[in-house]
Amino acid sequence: MLSIKNLRASVEGKEILKGINLEIKAGEVHAIMGPNGSGKSTLANVLAGREDYEILSGEVTYMGQDLLELSPEDRSRSGLFLSFQYPVEIPGVPMVNFIKTAVNEHRKFKGLEPLTAGEFLKLMRAKKDMLHLDTELTNRSVNEGFSGGEKKKNEIFQMAMLEPKLAILDETDSGLDIDALRIVAEGVNALKTPENATIVVTHYQRLLDYIVPDFVHVLYKGRIVKSGGKELALELEEKGYDWIKNGEN
Amino acid sequence: MTITSQKISPAERLVSLFEQSRGTLNEGSSPLLNRMREVSMKRFAQAGIPDFKTEDYKYTNLNTALAKSYKQELVRENGVIDLNVVFERHIPQLDTHLVFLVNGWFYKGNKPESGLPKGIVLDSLEQVANQKPALIQDFLNRQAALSNDPFVALNTAFAKDGFFLYVPKGVALEKPVQIINLLSSDENLMVTQRNLIVAESAAQAKVLVCDYTLTSSSFLYNSVTEVFADEDSLVDVYTIQNQNNQTTAINSTFIKQERNSVLNTGAFSLHTGLVRNNLKIVMNGDHAEASALGISLTDKKQHVDNFVLINHDKPNCTSNQLFKNILDDDSTGAFAGRIHVARDAQQTNAFQRNNNVLLSDKSRMQTKPQLIIDADDVKCSHGATVGQIDEDALFFLRARGIGEKEARTMLMNAFAHEVIQKVSIEPLRERLSELIEKRMNGEIAKGHEQ
Repeated sequence: MLSIKNLRASVEGKEILKGINLEIKAGEVHAIMGPNGSGKSTLANVLAGREDYEILSGEVTYMGQDLLELSPEDRSRSGLFLSFQYPVEIPGVPMVNFIKTAVNEHRKFKGLEPLTAGEFLKLMRAKKDMLHLDTELTNRSVNEGFSGGEKKKNEIFQMAMLEPKLAILDETDSGLDIDALRIVAEGVNALKTPENATIVVTHYQRLLDYIVPDFVHVLYKGRIVKSGGKELALELEEKGYDWIKNGEN
Repeated sequence: MTITSQKISPAERLVSLFEQSRGTLNEGSSPLLNRMREVSMKRFAQAGIPDFKTEDYKYTNLNTALAKSYKQELVRENGVIDLNVVFERHIPQLDTHLVFLVNGWFYKGNKPESGLPKGIVLDSLEQVANQKPALIQDFLNRQAALSNDPFVALNTAFAKDGFFLYVPKGVALEKPVQIINLLSSDENLMVTQRNLIVAESAAQAKVLVCDYTLTSSSFLYNSVTEVFADEDSLVDVYTIQNQNNQTTAINSTFIKQERNSVLNTGAFSLHTGLVRNNLKIVMNGDHAEASALGISLTDKKQHVDNFVLINHDKPNCTSNQLFKNILDDDSTGAFAGRIHVARDAQQTNAFQRNNNVLLSDKSRMQTKPQLIIDADDVKCSHGATVGQIDEDALFFLRARGIGEKEARTMLMNAFAHEVIQKVSIEPLRERLSELIEKRMNGEIAKGHEQ
């Protein structure tokens, strides 16, 4: 589904990603762990198409296409979803309008008719029930005045509405208490199918108790320095990142 | 009558036109209007056309526009307007009492009396001045005459018609009055329009003014509107400007509020050439409330200048100003908001904010808040920002599959939303959102290319 080869990227002239290689197949859950500043969020944002980053070299193939050639909106419409570490507040854009526009843009891309108001409301209700979300969130402007937990739940709600093939969860656990974390993780698990894949970007092992990865990769100084199964996360938790850092030096 | 281009200055040309047309100006016009002409023209001649050296006109240069030659319609030309063409101009269609003015003249085809509550007058100022002068004599030019603005004096010198709205004591006009000001000419045209709104005590009126051009000629539109809001009255005056790029519009609105009156105004400049909106509100009674809103959307070489002056002369009054500009291409904007709290105006609440978004490197915004406070127990604030589009929000929307253009439109609408939600005429809010969206996606500009 996703193949990253020797990806190098910089921001403001500083090289952050120094040659990433990663293969992800349908049905898999990959965790990308690493200390602060290792390039985890950069990788997530580069994949989503953020223009602040300069691609220095490498290639990224997603569903047979050159991902780096696509605009952020076309990546999204092709099924790539980034759950933001810091979801943006957009006062004045009602949640309902926003998500309806997004859903219908996705449908248009697939050659489908836009949903009628009735169909849309039905879909929204079904997804909210599935994620145990209170209706109040969708009656407000996008993320405006939301708590940290509400913002993350809202990201998972958008994910549920857009049904991505590849979801990238960027530090979805940051700022969440254990109850919110459980709700978010249950949402992600409920959306899991054999056809889609998930990349969980996280600093802590905690989230991986709830979203169990098939593979764990450790990112350090812009490179994947270690890959393994879910037990690698536990080992990291036990030994700390110094273990990796010392291994480097 | 044509002002021919000679080596004399634009101001001199207007003076000489006035002298040549005295007879025509006075013809058919009430002494109430005619007696003000000479003194006003003298004031205009003395002041001349303001330039960048004039502090109040520092950011708006009218000399280029005034250097052009313009025809004037000093007598009414009884044309017939084609409503189909008119409504192609994205005029908000609402349930209103609708009247038209063409080139400053109250349109003869108007049927305003149908459906208006008893006692309300919505008519031609020229006609009312001739037939019922008692209705207007205590109000006409009472505020405008105090102004130092040369364009106000120029208006008074040339004024022959406009609209007059009178709402008697205790009468509430439920449906808004919609005034559609059309400019239509195959030649360059200078239009002078004089309006008057009188709301007696406890009267209620909602007025929506829509300014449109129907042809692509250059227009020089100079309008003056005086509003009198007596005790306990509630008056809304909103203006939507949608004129071609060759139009220069100078609109001066004077509002006098008495005790407990509530006044809501808004200037929505959707499309234009060069606009200067002067707004002066005088709070002449305690516990009065005023709200002044504005949204300007400019691109190409357009320019919009909102010049606001609020005088808190009496205690316990509240005023709120919120003006926003979205500027693209080479367009420019200016905002000046002066709040003057008089010595005895204790317990005044006066707030002002001006937020601006620059969409291009070449667009420019000048903003100048000013507080003059002579009382000691007041709450006043002002703030101004000039920024760019929120790139994080733009990326967020695009990352959800929303195309860049649509995402930008959503964000601009959101920026304008804060102003729109304060509009007191509820059905107008939705129409304004639609119009702003049409403006952002280029439909409004297309309307002017025909």
